Amino acid sequence: MSSVPSPIRIARAERSRAAVLAEKALEALIRLSGVSAILFVAAIFFFVLKEAAPVLFSEGFSLGQFLFSTEWYPTSANNVRYGTFALTVGTLSVTALAMLIAVPFGLGAAIYLSEFCKPRLRETLKVVIELLSAIPSVVWGFVGLTVMSKLIVNATGAPVGVNVLNGGIILALMSVPVIVSIGEDALKAVPDSFREAGVALGATRWQLVYRVLLPAARNGLLAAVLLGVGRAVGETMAVLMATGHAVHIPGSLLDSVRTLTANIAAELGEAPSGSDHYRVLFLTGTLLFLITLVVNLTADFVVRGIRRK
Amino acid sequence: MTESATHAPASPVKEIEVSDLRLAYGGKEVIHGISFNVHRNEILAVIGPAQSGKTSMLRCLNRTIDFTASASVSGCVKVGGQDVRAMKDVFALRRRIGMVAPLPTGLPLSIYDNVAFAPRCSGVTRKADLEPVVEKCLRQAALWDEVKDRLDSLGTALSGGQQQRLTIARALSHQPEILCLDEFSIAIDPVTTMRIEDVLKELREEITIILVTNLTQQARRLSDRTMFLLEGDIVEIDATDVIYSGESKSEKTRGYVSGMFG
Repeated sequence: MSSVPSPIRIARAERSRAAVLAEKALEALIRLSGVSAILFVAAIFFFVLKEAAPVLFSEGFSLGQFLFSTEWYPTSANNVRYGTFALTVGTLSVTALAMLIAVPFGLGAAIYLSEFCKPRLRETLKVVIELLSAIPSVVWGFVGLTVMSKLIVNATGAPVGVNVLNGGIILALMSVPVIVSIGEDALKAVPDSFREAGVALGATRWQLVYRVLLPAARNGLLAAVLLGVGRAVGETMAVLMATGHAVHIPGSLLDSVRTLTANIAAELGEAPSGSDHYRVLFLTGTLLFLITLVVNLTADFVVRGIRRK
Repeated sequence: MTESATHAPASPVKEIEVSDLRLAYGGKEVIHGISFNVHRNEILAVIGPAQSGKTSMLRCLNRTIDFTASASVSGCVKVGGQDVRAMKDVFALRRRIGMVAPLPTGLPLSIYDNVAFAPRCSGVTRKADLEPVVEKCLRQAALWDEVKDRLDSLGTALSGGQQQRLTIARALSHQPEILCLDEFSIAIDPVTTMRIEDVLKELREEITIILVTNLTQQARRLSDRTMFLLEGDIVEIDATDVIYSGESKSEKTRGYVSGMFG
């Protein structure tokens, strides 16, 4: 036995300097890619905040007013007011409605595709869903502005068809493909041994889904929902066209609203660079960033809480 | 043999009757028409090298073979006198047969929920009804003392041997009439294996056990009868004493159990 030389030992002795260096370089590159994600996020945050910072310390600006006032009059001649509360509420209401529609449909479709669907139908459906996610947002906005708004006016008798309901439905349609494809991946990643174990214990298909697969794929499914939320919160063009663009706290689904994103898109071009208005719009961007961060962190804590239980 | 259920040792009750079972995966036949019976309250060991159809045979019993789209089954498998392929409620069939897989597969649930899984699936949801079942099964699987203080922690976080005993507890949780163990000990240490073997000896009083194993000595220690499968055919099925006596009918069997080939 001792006469047989170990092949591993030989290979190691013959490893050239170049190979060792190459591996080191590769390792550094991979580390850099990992860290760069944090770096980019930090850099974006820094530059947005840098543009916004001067206004924070300027006279006549109050952070309280910025966050909690509903009065948004950035171009008023004698009394300029920058209150974004109505915009925040606009973003949250449209997003909430979108998720209310998109999460059940998206997760339902993901479960259907992954567990109940025949392979051939699945392939067709996946292609269609990918097609859905390839539609540019301005086209969605166009659909909202023309088709959906007419439908809403006809169905509800509302004076205008561009409102929370319209924006919510459009955003839901845009988020569903994201939720479906990520959710399906998460379910497919559950090992088959779990399915076999569940089935051998006499679980029906539905029992298998909600007793085994949903708990097992929980993190991935949450990621799917979060990406959907991210899509909805960050969407600009479609909501700009579909929600009516009125600065106003909505009292019902049929009221028009304006979102944080749409506000930035619509006004940044007209705000003189370096003006207070310009800087406040960047501050709005920071606020948007923080909202997304809070949503993600909350979801993360929720998942950790469940896991510990 | 008489039709009536006489309990005389001469005519044991047939818990499982398999006749001319054939199984093909995508046209390639892997089980070539095997017939055998499993008697109530016996331990039947199934031995044989890899690719001899042991696991596939088990999957035909509880019809989990249905999930393999390319599989086609013919012949007849009766469990408790009923043809499994004519059964309408296949979930009820699976509750009558406990199945333990080779690798421990704790479901990603708490220990308690792992064992309560099957009762819950069949509609038992009251805590007062579930708790005694969970405790009884964990005791039967010789795991209770180790986990009784942490039933809420994840089943997948247990060690391999503990997880395998959890799988056995889970398989017992729907009070099956038949327990199938598919090479249950390949991932666990010898000490734990011996503990589980003791458990199986006790369980024999209540249920019928099919033990698929690669360890011919394990088959010898535990089983009443032994079946030797080779490349999808039964070479021999007889009392374990006979199989291991060196006087079995087939030369192949003698060679396999004495370690000459396989």
